[in-house]
Amino acid sequence: MPETRSLNGAEAAREALFESMERDGDVFMMGEGIADHGNFFCTTNGLMEKFGAERMLEMPVAENAMTGIAIGAAMMGQRPVMSLQRVEFVLLALEQIFDNAAKIHYATNGRHKAPIVIRLVVGRGWGQGPHHAQSLESVFAHFPGLKVIMPALARDSKGMLIAAIEDDSPVICIEHRWIHFAKGPVPEGHYVEPLDGPRVRREGSDVTIVATSYAVLEALATAEALAKVGISAEVIDLRVLRPLNLAPVIKSVAKTGRLVTIDTGWITCGMGSEIVATVAGECFGDLKAPPRRLGLADHPTPSSRSLIADYYPTPEALIDCVGEMVGAQAKQLEAARADMGEHRGGLPLDVPNPTFQGPF
Amino acid sequence: MEKHVTQIDDQTRLGLYREMLRIRLVEEAIAERYGEQEMRCPVHLSDGQEGIAAGACMALRKTDKIVSTHRSHGHYLAKQGNLKAMLCEIYGRAPGCVGGRGGSMHLLDDEAGVLACLPIVGTSVPLGVGVAYAAKKKGEDTVAAVFLGDAVMEEGVFHECANFAALHALPVVFVCENNDLSFYTSLEVRQPDRPMTDIAKAHTIAAQELDGNDASAVYEAMSGAVEKARGGGGPSFLMCNTRRWREHCGCRYDYEMGQMTEAEFETLRADCPLANLGTQLREAGLLDDASEDALRTELGKEIEEAFEFARNAPFPELETAGDHVYA
Repeated sequence: MPETRSLNGAEAAREALFESMERDGDVFMMGEGIADHGNFFCTTNGLMEKFGAERMLEMPVAENAMTGIAIGAAMMGQRPVMSLQRVEFVLLALEQIFDNAAKIHYATNGRHKAPIVIRLVVGRGWGQGPHHAQSLESVFAHFPGLKVIMPALARDSKGMLIAAIEDDSPVICIEHRWIHFAKGPVPEGHYVEPLDGPRVRREGSDVTIVATSYAVLEALATAEALAKVGISAEVIDLRVLRPLNLAPVIKSVAKTGRLVTIDTGWITCGMGSEIVATVAGECFGDLKAPPRRLGLADHPTPSSRSLIADYYPTPEALIDCVGEMVGAQAKQLEAARADMGEHRGGLPLDVPNPTFQGPF
Repeated sequence: MEKHVTQIDDQTRLGLYREMLRIRLVEEAIAERYGEQEMRCPVHLSDGQEGIAAGACMALRKTDKIVSTHRSHGHYLAKQGNLKAMLCEIYGRAPGCVGGRGGSMHLLDDEAGVLACLPIVGTSVPLGVGVAYAAKKKGEDTVAAVFLGDAVMEEGVFHECANFAALHALPVVFVCENNDLSFYTSLEVRQPDRPMTDIAKAHTIAAQELDGNDASAVYEAMSGAVEKARGGGGPSFLMCNTRRWREHCGCRYDYEMGQMTEAEFETLRADCPLANLGTQLREAGLLDDASEDALRTELGKEIEEAFEFARNAPFPELETAGDHVYA
């Protein structure tokens, strides 16, 4: 079957939910506002009509109980897919996630399983502000027993979500709001993109860029601009943050000798810290330059667009960072920066880049 | 709440006495041996509270599920959880019910319907409600019983769960053991003076206050609640008043901690669920010295054998410590 269709991330996630619910009657959705007119950012279109309210369970606004109820139902063989419209809502349920979901299999010596999926949406732009734009992946990735995924490409938004639903371990699926808009080829029907680790999305020889989620799309566009000025960047999509398989990253850095990480969250104690530490331990001798970490500015997310100009790691910041590491000429960097500026077409910083249409 | 009309028969009353005595003897045996420092995990003993465990679990089927708390020995045993597996767990041995990964605060027995006992206050409540939701969704007639302490009424998760259970008329019974203490802090310092049953009622959950030291009364109320839940009538809340005898965690009696005088302790201990029923059984001619001795001998033998088994069981292999992180 040729991959001729192009869907955005939201449409891809919707197909994952549809396919999973169609195949397995034990799969059901639960959450807050999962089937209202917004259809959970268009990821649940038509599911209520198809599967009914019992499998599209609208929950009271009670995240802690909801999570525990999902775990209890999962222990009885159900496969709940819990969906929260922003990451921050799940903060009310961390005790259930960390004490029960993450540990029930281990602490019962393998007797019980909690095959739940918790979909969390990261907001960005349009003034989301301090409580609507946190990513927090490294918080979840701290815990053995949880799987933590962040799809970037539309193909993964579907295939990884199906894999998560079919996984017997609890999976935290962090969906960046801006990947919901980004298009790419998506196979029809049921398929699985395994939760086994990173993928090299673009090969290169001068520097390894490790990114997650929306930053992967920006890194790929930036790598294109860098290529035009003679800098060859390898882009790795981390995909699975726990269990963390860094073998492909180490292999890549052994080749390029340079590493830049881009966190979707804050730098301190972020995924980049973990990656740099592991790379330093595994292939220190291959490094030609000190590894660099990019991420959010070290303060909460402000709402006003005038305050976020330096908040998110921009393609320009990535260009400067890579340029410094490889010792590029100012002229090269200027050209690449201009290229990326053109790529954005003068759009304000608080809306997603509409040129991310794939294929990636 | 409608008064239930279950007529408790003699056999059931004798059964309750036996279950309570078994729990009592196990807890006393743990307390007696704890100083040997071979049971190297925290223990939260439940003597004094056996009436609720025995009464509630006697009203459940084997296929019904319970979830419980840090003070779970009584619930586990009353639901017919395996004694040897429990003691092995407390001794940290491989045949323990979770292979030495949990200790006293993480008991389970799948076959007996002991789904999970977990120590963080309130944490197991939504799991029990989730079991009830799954049962209803699948059209099964399983009932979930959620054991919780009075302090859980202070946790938000209880209200979240009560709201959901009532909304969907789930087959769940909340069995609240009000022993007046959370750690060493009494109820009056933690909650306003109000009937706790009103909290459940505010969620439209049928609620009843009971003498938790009257196992027969607990059994009767629980039978009604379980029957109602199984029949699709929704959740119930039973508030069972009782007292904890020993310190929050460990084996000393509460008066030894300076919580009360010994005389005060003896007064509360006089309201003993085991003795209460024993007296009734003796008055009814169902129990005498000889039959009590025979029962104690039989249970004592079982318990001694279980301790012997646990003390001689192998420890889990160190190499397995990292197993089962992912399913």
